Amino acid sequence: MKENAATKAEVEQGDYIQKLKGLEDQISGIKSQLESLSKGTPSNKLSMIVFSGDLDKVLASFVIATGAVAMGMEVVMFFTFWGTPVLRDKDKPAGDKDLMGKMFGSMLPKGTCSVKLSKMNMGGMGTAMMKSLMKKKNVASLEQMLEMAGELGVQIYVCEMSMDLMGFKREEFIDYPHMEFCGVAKFLEEANDSRVQLFI
Amino acid sequence: MPESIKADKVMDLKGLPCPMPVVKVSKGIKDIEVGQVIEAITTDPGALADFPAWARTSGNEILDTEQEDGVIKFYIKRTAE
Repeated sequence: MKENAATKAEVEQGDYIQKLKGLEDQISGIKSQLESLSKGTPSNKLSMIVFSGDLDKVLASFVIATGAVAMGMEVVMFFTFWGTPVLRDKDKPAGDKDLMGKMFGSMLPKGTCSVKLSKMNMGGMGTAMMKSLMKKKNVASLEQMLEMAGELGVQIYVCEMSMDLMGFKREEFIDYPHMEFCGVAKFLEEANDSRVQLFI
Repeated sequence: MPESIKADKVMDLKGLPCPMPVVKVSKGIKDIEVGQVIEAITTDPGALADFPAWARTSGNEILDTEQEDGVIKFYIKRTAE
């Protein structure tokens, strides 16, 4: 009888251990599922492509960028194509360039001060009027916006391919505290991890 | 100001258009302790929609809003860490 009782208890214990092991397996399965889920959930981040080099569109980009930081978001801006020359520093020498590089360099805006409106530019008159109106209405200028974005920690990436195509050099660019040069993969990595993506 | 609310910090944002009021307040709220209150004064009509949206997103609380002659006052309690 005693032996029987002992074996019965042992069998029960074995059952429990088996059940516990089953539970452990389930928990580890759930854990790995949770991990992959949280990897797939985008961060509270805004990724923006600034393709345009127009004053109005670049200004809108910075309004959204600085507003997003205020909302607690991380912000990443990618300047590509016509957006690229906006980040050049008008006071920095362009250095040696080939003919095409010189042409692009002189025809495209050199820095925020020489970007134009996409509409109603009227040979620069419209842009000048808009700028004076912005000043009057206390709307931050592109220069002020850029400075504020720097203070707020907005990350800026510049498209290396656009730079190469238009013959821009890194030395020509402004001293922005969070600026890097990259390709499309970097943007896609950031965009994939962002809740909001914009193309401007 | 409602009698029960005491502002620990006043931010005069009059004349500043979008996005400055929200940008400045989001910076300014870091200078007060959790539980303290900012009185933000703005003339931007867009702020009526923007401030509540910002507060909901950032986890802070708007205790009261006052409007008079185009001047809007928000009493914002820092509830976010």
